[in-house]
Formats: sequence, C-alpha cells, structure tokens
Amino acid sequence: MKKVCRLDGLDCASCAAKIENAVSKLDGVSAASVNFMTTKLVIEGEESRMDEIMEQATAIVKKLEPDVVVRKA
Amino acid sequence: MKLNENQKRLIKTLIGAAVYVLAIVTRREDSIYSLIAFLAAYLIIGGDVLWRAVRNILHGKVFDENFLMSLATIGAFIVGDFAEAVAVMLFYQVGELFQDYAVDQSRKSIAELMNIRPDFANVQRGDTLVKVDPDEVKVDEIIVIKPGERVPLDAVVLSGSSSVDASALTGESLPRDVEAGDALLSGCINISGLVTARVTKEYGESTVSKILDLVENAGNKKSQSENFITKFAGYYTPIVVIIAVLLAFIPPLVVPGATFSDWIYRGLIFLVISCPCALVISIPLSFFGGIGGASRRGILVKGSNYLEALAETEIIVFDKTGTLTKGIFQVQQVLPEGISADELLEIAAYAESYSNHPISLSLQKAYGKAIDAARISGVEETSGHGVTAQVDGKTIAAGNAKLMRRLGIAFTEPENAIGTVVHVAQDGVYRGSILIADEVKEDAKRAIRELKEAGIRQTVMLTGDAKRIGERVSGELGLDRVYTELLPADKVEKVEALFAEKSPRGKLVFVGDGINDAPVLARADIGIAMGGLGSDAAIEAADIVIMTDEPSKIATAIRISKKTLRIVKENIFFALLVKAVVLLLGALGIASMWAAIFADVGVAILAILNSIRMLNVKSIK
Repeated sequence: MKKVCRLDGLDCASCAAKIENAVSKLDGVSAASVNFMTTKLVIEGEESRMDEIMEQATAIVKKLEPDVVVRKA
Repeated sequence: MKLNENQKRLIKTLIGAAVYVLAIVTRREDSIYSLIAFLAAYLIIGGDVLWRAVRNILHGKVFDENFLMSLATIGAFIVGDFAEAVAVMLFYQVGELFQDYAVDQSRKSIAELMNIRPDFANVQRGDTLVKVDPDEVKVDEIIVIKPGERVPLDAVVLSGSSSVDASALTGESLPRDVEAGDALLSGCINISGLVTARVTKEYGESTVSKILDLVENAGNKKSQSENFITKFAGYYTPIVVIIAVLLAFIPPLVVPGATFSDWIYRGLIFLVISCPCALVISIPLSFFGGIGGASRRGILVKGSNYLEALAETEIIVFDKTGTLTKGIFQVQQVLPEGISADELLEIAAYAESYSNHPISLSLQKAYGKAIDAARISGVEETSGHGVTAQVDGKTIAAGNAKLMRRLGIAFTEPENAIGTVVHVAQDGVYRGSILIADEVKEDAKRAIRELKEAGIRQTVMLTGDAKRIGERVSGELGLDRVYTELLPADKVEKVEALFAEKSPRGKLVFVGDGINDAPVLARADIGIAMGGLGSDAAIEAADIVIMTDEPSKIATAIRISKKTLRIVKENIFFALLVKAVVLLLGALGIASMWAAIFADVGVAILAILNSIRMLNVKSIK
C-alpha cells in the first residue's frame, strides 16, 4: 500500500535525499520517495506493517532533521 | 510561522552583521577586546549553526553542513583569521536565508501552477443549497455551479447553459459551450450562466484530483540527473573533507618550511566548499518547474524521468486515426448509378445498420433518419469485405471492391478516391459508391514540421488503413515513413523493428489515443496518449498525456524537456566547474575564504535562480 505524509519545514534538499534513502531501506518498505518541492514523503510497503513503518520513518526524520514535523497529508 | 522564523533569523543576522562591522572598525591587533567583539558577532550570527552541529553529532550524524561550517569557522578563529571566520558564517547565513526564500517562492509558484483545486461545491440537499467540501459530495447528488465558480466534480449538465473555461486543464483558452446532457469536467471555470448538474464521479476520481495527483507525484519518479546528483553528493562531501584534513596536516609535517596556519587555512577552504547544496536543490527544482509548466499547457508528464528522456527523442511513431487525423469519418461523396443519391445512402445505411464500425456510423449519420429495424433481415457480415442484408425484401450488398468481385458484380472505382469506398449493389445490380474519409487534424502538419525543427530524426506513421489512404495522409503531412494495413499486433512488431534503428541513447516515442494501443504505448520508451481530458484509459496507459487533441503539443513538450535539460546541465557544469577551480586554487594557496564562500553559497543561489526560469514556461511556444 501507499502512504503519503508531509514533511513540514523541510528546507534542506540533501537531507531530503538522506531521509528518502534511509526510509527506503526500512524492513517492509518496497519504495520510498521524498519530493523536496511538495515536501511529501511517499512510502510504499506492506500494509500489515504500515504502522510500524510509519513509526520508524518518523524516527528517521526526527534523527536526520529534528526541525521537520511529520504530518498526515 | 515559517515567515516569522525567517524574519527572526534575518533580524538576528543583521544585528550580528552590525556587531561585525563595529568589530572591524574598532579592530586592534593582538587585542583581547577585538577577539571578544568578533566572537560576539560570530555567536550572534552562527550560534544556531553551532548548536545544530552539536545536536546532530549527538544524533550520530557528522558530515552535515552545520558541522562543516562550524569546523571551518572555528578553525579560522584558531588560525587567527577572526574577520574571515565571522564573514564565512555571515555569508553562509545570508545564503541560507536567500536559499530558503527562493525555495519558498518556487514552492509558491508551483502551488499556483496547481491552483486548480476547487474549494467547495454547492449541493442541493432537500430544498436548500449547501456549500460543502467537494470531498463530501456523493455520486448522483445535484450540484449548482454559478458563474465564476470552478466545477468541483465531474458531472453532467441537467439544466442551464453556459460556457466553460478549461484552460487550467488543457491550456486551451477558447471557452467551450455546454448545455443539458453535456459532460462537465472538474477544474473548469464556469464563465457565463448558472448550471445545475448531476455528479458522475466522486471527488477522488474526478479529473481535477487525478491531474493534481499526477503532477504532484511526478517528482517521485526521479530522473537520471537527480539520481546522479544524489549519488555524487554521497561521495563528494566525504572526499572533500578527507582531502581537507590531509591538506591541513600532511604538508606541514612533510614539507620543510610549511606552516600549520597556512595549510589549515587551505584545508578550511575545502570544508567551506564541501557542501553540494547548489546541485541538490536546483536540479529537482528545474524538473519540477518543467513538469508544472507543461501541465499548464495541457501536457501531463508522469515523472521527471520521462521529461528527461523526451529530450533524447530520435524516432516518433504515430498512430494515424485519432492521433494525426480526427478519427471522425464523414461521407465525402455519393456517386449513385441508376438511383438517386438519397436512395443510395438509404440502402447503404440500412445494410450497414447492424455494425458499429466507424464507417457504418458515418453512413448512418449522413443518412440522418432513424433506422426502422423491421425493414432489415438476414444480415451477414464478412470480415474484411462488407455486409449483405435484406432491405425491403431486396438483397443489398455493401462493402469494398473485394466483396463486389466475390459476388461477381461489375463496379466502377471512383478516380483519385482518397478514403474508404463503399460499393453498393441491389439484387445483384451495381448502384454506385459512397466515399468516406477521415479528416486530418488542423495542426497535424505544423506538428510534424515543428518536430523536425526540434531535431527529431524520423517521424513514422502506423495505420490499419489501406495503403492508398495511409500514404496520401503521410505525404500530405510530411512524415518520413508510413506502414499501412497493419493489424494491432503488427504495430508492436513494427515498433520493435524501429527500435533497432535508433542509437543506443536515443528514445523512441509512440503517440496514440490510448484506447486500443496500450501494448505499443507500454513497449515504447515513452508512450504519449492524445486527448486525455476525461479519458481514464489514456491517463492510465501513457507516460505523458496530452489533454487536448492537438499533436502540436508534442513538439511543445519536447521543447520544454530540452529547456529543462539545458538548465540542469548548465547548473551541473557551472557548479562543478566553480567548485573544482576554487578547490584547486585553494589547495595551491591562491584562493581566499571569500572565494570559497562564493563557490558554496553564491553558486547555490545562482543555480536556483537559473532553475526558477523553468517555472516561467510561458515563453516556450
């Protein structure tokens, strides 16, 4: 399934690339993409594990870019 | 809130700059007072950078720009270059502010490009009209659209008439008239009259949300240039940092007479230049601008990768019907023999009335009266030949020359006929022929010419039509090659064969109407579907969707693609060149910290400004 969330306050493009890279390597994620211009994070992954994936993705964002707030799109 | 934060940063930076100027004016060599003044300016300007650097290190993230800037400036302090240390921080902050501003602005212009989202719908519920979110409206509910309002959901007009402006969807500025029974597409603006309509699709399935979705997510399919930069950045920063460290410490230890302060300064220059920001921001921005601008012209591109590939197009293969021609067959000429033209048309229309082939439909349209099914019996269709049927008790045969020959009926072939000829015989007696033809689209010829001008090597047309018709159309439009009398499966085969003729980097584009050519659309490097407005099938099947029926939009798309790619290449080349030169000069001890600041912040700003040009694609024809 596909899940979309917004990354509010995302203002560093290389951090966007790092977030994308780290999230796409998470277990159960088949693809992840950060769109710097629309500040959207799109995660494709196993439906049953989506809550867990979202939690981990939020943690990654927090770690890489503490000023960014993850918000539901 | 975002703006406030930027303003706060701006004010802080200005105060810091004032303190900095004061420190320079009152500067005295070797005075502890001067050091304190510079330190104060430094902390006011760069305190947050230092703080973020420390915080990120605690999070286990070392090589980020905050850390690099902190290291470079602290190093400069230690070496004794107070003024330069503060300057680096000051310009870094100014650059960041500017970068944020530029990114904000371009995000805003992109949001504006996509400002076709309807805000509300007026729904008839009970006796009253309620203003609700389009999301809450269900299929079959009745909505009212007043003049000046945006059509919130796809609907069909029940009453009222008006003209609608679909320019936000198609780029076509000419308004279209609608009246009861016509389909209304969401995203259009109602210009003149009040219209009541029945909703046909939920908001999420409506045209406007599909388009928005497509354009917003287009950035998710990344281009090769973007992937290259992401990869490049992953190597660039660590390598430059390692060289910086080596440069700072090895020569003073190895080379006689080399001092630590001199070589550390050179190493610090490397640290300042080590961020690849200019490329990392400006390249996705260019692609996004290109995609956003194209969508304004009624061209939906499903990903940066397709926009990038389009610039490499060498061969364009067109389907004929519905792509270069209107796909609407019309009776052009009626040539009766022994009966009146009306009678000929009537018996032909009756004989063909069971078929829904475009040819039959055009006959019925030309006949113009309702078909009385009781008058027909014994319809027999022979694929590739035509029909025989009993009409009013007489045997009518209607079809091509093959049918006439098979029935042993002598017939006359109209001279210079361009189109499909239907021969008609009544009880074995030849009654004449009807000429039916498809019309070439108004801009088809211009489209082919503009594609040639854009550097396309070959334009090819594929059609299931007869050789004569295909060649005539192709000659009229100026295509390089034409393949006729193809079955759908042959089209895939021909495209396969054409693949062998292009260069390895070149791309093959197939243009079709997206309805019955899905396999070819998928096989081509880039599949373009025409007339996508309101057609889900076309939007699904293709990589690029032209919302209108105009083939000339393909040339527009290629021009947008080329311009985007040119800006991307300019940025990559310019940024890397400046960085390489300053790195080299820095290593040789010629470049100062000021040059390093330009190579970092200055280049980033220039690259962003260059990319922003892409948001203004109105300048592209």
